[in-house]
Amino acid sequence: MTTRIDARFAELARQGRSAFVTFVMAGDPDPTTSLDIVKALPKAGADIIEIGMPFTDPMADGPSIQAAGLRALKAGMTLKKTLEMVRGFRKDDDATPLVLMGYYNPIYIYGVDKFLADAKAAGVDGLIIVDLPPEEDDELCLPAMKAGLNFIRLATPTTDDKRLPAVLANTSGFVYYVSITGITGAAAADSRAVGDAVARIKRHTKLPVCVGFGIRTPEAARAIAENADGAVVGTALVDALRGSLDAEGRATAKTVGAVTEVVAALAQGVRGSKQAAE
Amino acid sequence: MNPKLPNSFRTGPDERGHFGIFGGRYVAETLMPLILDLEKAYAEAKADPAFQAEMNGYLKNYVGRPSPLYLAERLTEHLGGAKIYLKREELNHTGSHKVNNVLGQIMVARRMGKKRIIAETGAGQHGVATATLCARFGLECVVYMGAVDVARQQPNVIRMEMLGAKVIPVQSGARTLKDAMNDALRDWVTNVHNTFYCIGTVAGPHPYPMMVRDFQSIIGIETRQQMQEVEGRLPDSLVACIGGGSNAMGLFHPFLDEPSVEIFGVEAAGHGLTQLHAASIAGGRPGVLHGNRTYLLMDGDGQIEEAHSISAGLDYPGIGPEHAWLHETGRVKYLSATDEEALEAFQLLSRLEGIIPALESAHAIAKLTELAPQRPKDHLMVVNLSGRGDKDVPQVGDILKGRKT
Repeated sequence: MTTRIDARFAELARQGRSAFVTFVMAGDPDPTTSLDIVKALPKAGADIIEIGMPFTDPMADGPSIQAAGLRALKAGMTLKKTLEMVRGFRKDDDATPLVLMGYYNPIYIYGVDKFLADAKAAGVDGLIIVDLPPEEDDELCLPAMKAGLNFIRLATPTTDDKRLPAVLANTSGFVYYVSITGITGAAAADSRAVGDAVARIKRHTKLPVCVGFGIRTPEAARAIAENADGAVVGTALVDALRGSLDAEGRATAKTVGAVTEVVAALAQGVRGSKQAAE
Repeated sequence: MNPKLPNSFRTGPDERGHFGIFGGRYVAETLMPLILDLEKAYAEAKADPAFQAEMNGYLKNYVGRPSPLYLAERLTEHLGGAKIYLKREELNHTGSHKVNNVLGQIMVARRMGKKRIIAETGAGQHGVATATLCARFGLECVVYMGAVDVARQQPNVIRMEMLGAKVIPVQSGARTLKDAMNDALRDWVTNVHNTFYCIGTVAGPHPYPMMVRDFQSIIGIETRQQMQEVEGRLPDSLVACIGGGSNAMGLFHPFLDEPSVEIFGVEAAGHGLTQLHAASIAGGRPGVLHGNRTYLLMDGDGQIEEAHSISAGLDYPGIGPEHAWLHETGRVKYLSATDEEALEAFQLLSRLEGIIPALESAHAIAKLTELAPQRPKDHLMVVNLSGRGDKDVPQVGDILKGRKT
């Protein structure tokens, strides 16, 4: 099984550069603007797009992404509408990998089998579910693999060598290394420590390793991208979006541009990395 | 759903932390290694006679156990049915059953070498118990409490601060217990290297529901012995209030395999089950939150709904996973009491027995007025008086004053 994710990493390897992975929340600040943002991301420099599935109780997220989820829910976002958004994106773009990221309960309530079938049909390539460790693989990971979706696992600084094989066993697409112990949008990681961690993970797997949590600037993105196969940025984009909203939290004419501007700058950082290293 | 009945109701959870389909370990990878360490550390402690002996010493001389089993004569007479015994957990040091669990967890934390303790709290009873034992053992203590609860449970906030704990008012979501638990989990993920999360109820990822139940089971074990001493037999029924369900699980667990004992849990029905409430079994369905699968209040999209109860300690949209399983197997019957019924019971017990109950425990008392009169005078009914009401006196006073004018 080759997914869009596998194809994209193969292509980036040919180009000799790391991936720039962007995260935005589905439905933030409203479903229409959110689709416009996602559609604009590839042109602005995103290689892979993670779309957050809003949840009331995102226990691994910091205040920015919590607020983004609540804005989306207030605007009427649901898991069904998130999948509609994916279909909308796929009308014009059949190459950029899309990964849904979030928490298990909305999927569990939607129904696992129905969700996997609908997500696959909509054009989703992979899933990152924060609260499903390998100990709960029966729930969604194994059915997702069977349905032809990548299940992308998080590895963290607390995942030691003894545990890594279990974490990597049913992972596909790429490995998402959480660079800090903490929540999204927290303190920046030290790029040398990240390099060591990525090297450690790579001793256990051939999969690409992307690094996220705590990357906010083009410089940080470049430093991380030099040590990994990809850099993930979320909170910085969500903050740019929030900064463009009006006093009632509604989208303005500036909203899409505010996000793509930050994405373009960060993409330059990432793209500068491997060339600079050569 | 009609799951096959087990031979015993007391063997759970399985090695993966499941009670039937409930329970489990739904947490971020960052926490998983620590949760596995905790499971191991707890298993070792449980098997260590020195740990048990040390804990028993503190339970006796610091907590003040055993707590009395008290025959409530005037309440019995007033209701005109079953003979009512109160298990006086409100007489424990710190004023509730919460201390039983906190003592156990702090001793496990010490074995694991953790120096920083975090906790979530609703009514503040678990926060006070945690702050107390952290003071006793010289540990740093941070308590997350919803901003709404900080306002309505001021006496407990002041107590925690006097005991040296840092109380962090949580501003996210509905600003009550669920949100306090979210922020405690966020702290834990961030400070996992030195921090022990002391969960206050029989919920969260395995091994917490089992471990908290084990520490609280002292309530039921004592009740069994005490009833044997006074009446020479088992009680006929047990009643306890349920938010997450730790006082109830502690009372119920030692009796689960006694088919003659009827068991009732009382959830908080808030303004009524068709309006805002906190009764997860009556008004919810199975979902996944805070590390476990259990009954939750949620909308059709799996988004968690805000609970409501007059009692901060019951104001939570979930319930411990073992309760969810005991409900599905039919072993325990789950009822609910409204804010109004709890307020009446609060006053009834105060006036008839000279005991001001916590608003949480008043929910259990409220259901007595239905359960006790239907049963004969030789029926022995035990109610867990899980906490005392000092903390609620200002809030209830304000409500009652508002009605007079």
